[in-house]
Amino acid sequence: MIQESILLTIVLAPLFAAILAGLAGRVIGRVGAHSVTIAGVALAFGLSAYVLKQLLADGVPTYDGSVYTCGYMHDDPGYQRFFSYISLFTFSMLMLVMSNNFLQLFFGWEAVGVVSYLLIGFWYTRPTAIFANLKAFLVNRVGDFGFVLGIAAIVYYTNSLDYSTVFGLRDVIAADTMQIFPGVEWQAMTVVCICLFIGAMGKSAQVPLHVWLPDSMEGPTPISALIHAATMVTAGIFMVARMSPLFELSEAALNFVLFIGATTAFFMGLLGIVNNDIKRVIAYSTLSQLGYMTVGLGASAYAGAIFHLMTHAFFKALLFLAAGSVIIGMHHEQDMRKMGGLKKYMPITYWTALIGTVALIAVPGTSGFFSKDILIDAVHASHLAMAPYAYWSVLLGVFVTAFYSFRLVFMTFHGEERFHADEHHKPHESPWVVTLPLILLAIPSLIIGWITVESVLFGGYFGNAITVLPVHDVLGHVKEEFHGPVQFVVHAFTGPAVYLAAAGVLAAWYLYIKRTDLPGQIAARASGLYTLLANKFYFDEIYQAVFARGSRGLGTALWRVGDVALIDGGMVNGSARVVGWVSGLLRQLQSGYLYHYAFAMVIGLSALLAWYVLR
Amino acid sequence: MSIVELLFYAFSALLIVAAVGVITARNPVHCALFLVWAFFNSACIWLLMEAEFLAIVLMLVYVGAVMVLFLFVVMMLDVNIAALREGFTRYAPLGILVAALVVVEIGSVVWVKSLGGAAPEAAASVAVEGYSNTRALGELLYTKYLYPFELAAVLLLVAIVAAIALTMRHRVGMKAQDIAGQVAVRAKDRIRVVKMPSETEQ
Amino acid sequence: MIPLHSVLMLAGVLFALSVAGIFLNRKNVILLLMCIELMLLAVNFNFVAFARQLGDLHGQVFVFFIMTVAAAESAIGLAILVVLFRERRSIDVEELDTMKG
Repeated sequence: MIQESILLTIVLAPLFAAILAGLAGRVIGRVGAHSVTIAGVALAFGLSAYVLKQLLADGVPTYDGSVYTCGYMHDDPGYQRFFSYISLFTFSMLMLVMSNNFLQLFFGWEAVGVVSYLLIGFWYTRPTAIFANLKAFLVNRVGDFGFVLGIAAIVYYTNSLDYSTVFGLRDVIAADTMQIFPGVEWQAMTVVCICLFIGAMGKSAQVPLHVWLPDSMEGPTPISALIHAATMVTAGIFMVARMSPLFELSEAALNFVLFIGATTAFFMGLLGIVNNDIKRVIAYSTLSQLGYMTVGLGASAYAGAIFHLMTHAFFKALLFLAAGSVIIGMHHEQDMRKMGGLKKYMPITYWTALIGTVALIAVPGTSGFFSKDILIDAVHASHLAMAPYAYWSVLLGVFVTAFYSFRLVFMTFHGEERFHADEHHKPHESPWVVTLPLILLAIPSLIIGWITVESVLFGGYFGNAITVLPVHDVLGHVKEEFHGPVQFVVHAFTGPAVYLAAAGVLAAWYLYIKRTDLPGQIAARASGLYTLLANKFYFDEIYQAVFARGSRGLGTALWRVGDVALIDGGMVNGSARVVGWVSGLLRQLQSGYLYHYAFAMVIGLSALLAWYVLR
Repeated sequence: MSIVELLFYAFSALLIVAAVGVITARNPVHCALFLVWAFFNSACIWLLMEAEFLAIVLMLVYVGAVMVLFLFVVMMLDVNIAALREGFTRYAPLGILVAALVVVEIGSVVWVKSLGGAAPEAAASVAVEGYSNTRALGELLYTKYLYPFELAAVLLLVAIVAAIALTMRHRVGMKAQDIAGQVAVRAKDRIRVVKMPSETEQ
Repeated sequence: MIPLHSVLMLAGVLFALSVAGIFLNRKNVILLLMCIELMLLAVNFNFVAFARQLGDLHGQVFVFFIMTVAAAESAIGLAILVVLFRERRSIDVEELDTMKG
């Protein structure tokens, strides 16, 4: 058994660092803040890597992100605060991942949401940042609402919050049905799983709760890399995989997961094609890849989804940090239309970014290739109702991914220089604190898939944590055809994915290197479609109009009717008015006339007599 | 129906007429006189009910003293008679209604509820030879009810004092003796001693 | 002899009449006091009737005391009336409303 003190150290070291950097930031200074954070993170993940071997996916990006931040946030006045938040986030994420009961899971869940809010709005004087962090928190909250309902249902059926107890009782839940709308019976397990998945939709930014992720780019780039690419958004994926014993018992829920994931994977990729902000393109790419992971979950390839989570963490963090490097080099310019030809100014950034992109589009041999192609094969092998839709979505998504990824590379690093800079402001390579993490992330992006694919996916790496029913065992099916990484690479050339990716690269090259006038013409010809994509399918507008304005309207109405009219006017002022009115009435009894008083006495006497007589 | 009952009904009718007259008379002096007549009638009824002493006392005290006092005051206060009759008929129905209600209730008590069974038999008349109501009452009053009797006397004293204290007023410019002042005088308020040297003839 | 309920009814009617008198009287405080005397008379009737019925003199003793108190009370009442008349120059009941709430 793992010693309890080690486990506690893993979780509490970052918390300690957070408190130190946060509350004593001014005392220990900038160097002190980043040192204590990096030390805490290193200690936590080092210990966890040694002991558990499975938090590496979170650990390396966190560590690298922390080092990177030393350079990126060099001049920022909130330096210590930032490191405190990073440590706090690490603590929260560890709590989430290491929990064995729903309460701790929920604590970690909420905590990462809070820290994400704090970090997106890190530059709190910017109105866009404040808008974004509130949006993130509110959308997350919608997901959390479903999550809490799911947990409540679990407690209702099993009276326990402990994972092992709940998983042991899962047949009890599966046997029951409940009515949500009168007359329509739902299987209880389906309801529970869908509610839990709604939480995952919020945290992992699946359609329709995806709207916060692009806006979260308002935060500093290390945050985008760390939280919104590698760690926090994967919390949802992690949670569903952890709950695999429950999800396996509900095919309806799995179909739902498949559908949402596939929709996200394909349609979010489309949005990456028309966007011009370098960070936003990568954000949409993240959304799309999260959709891939969700699809893997829906097809019951839980290990595959986690594996893709791991590899994605590396190359997406790499891409974000590279984008950050470009932004620094371009003196905080983020619009790709104003870049171009940076290859010769920032070679290290260029080559690491290229490696990351290559891993993203799943070129055979890279880590992304192993994880993504195995997912595609797994979906193909699934028998669920939504599987064909999911399969075609992820397959076409390969083309889209390749297209927008290389569009980014070509627009930024190749082609003619579209920026105007004099001698003093020419783009330059970033300092070593920035480029070293890039290199450190590029290496695993290339090779980690090769090394770990067999043991993670087919070697029972996850032990009893993941449960798959034999009828859903798609990975088992894939495993039968897997004969080692080399053979898998060769096998890939027999499938459509590689050729679709190549087609995507070629199309991007054609449009952005060869004939750079074409994109404009295509946009003009297909202006309807272009507008739809440019406006992100109008999700934001609909949400603003319906939910934001609706809730504000509801609040105003309730304020005016409920608070002002009913409570203030009716109850508070009303009771005062009633008292005044009653006393005004009663005052007339005191007329001052003797005969009135005598008459009152006589009436009282008569009444008393009558009661006595009639008794 | 015996003569006693007949007389009783006759006097009762007159009594009620007198009471109505008290309420409805226009002139306050007439009201007072109607009240005197009411008292007279009730004294007669009490005589019929063998309460002789009380009947006489009613006439002597009530009519002789209290009603005389009433008449004094009525005649002393110079009231405007004409203004006194307005507003009577407006509330007449309601007042009559309430009065009728009270009568009905009392009647229901008296007639319907017969006091837990049949009314007790009337005791025999005590009109024996040598019976004196006054004497019997006196015997009761000075033995068993001595203490309340004395208290009643004190009550009357207090009433006298209160009535005088309320209505006494000092007239300005009236000369009267201030006894207390006279008694409390001191020598030096009246005499002033002057020292003079004696004047001698030279 | 004289039936008990007749006397009681008589007393009741007298009482009701005096109540009506108090209520209907709007203009004269003296009439108020006279109605009070009538009320006391009605009560006295009750006592005397029961004294006669039960052959017990205690009722008559009570009447005695009631008369004493009634005399005292009417004396003081009239004294107050005199003082009131001195101040207000009127004995109109409808003008006595300074205790109005």
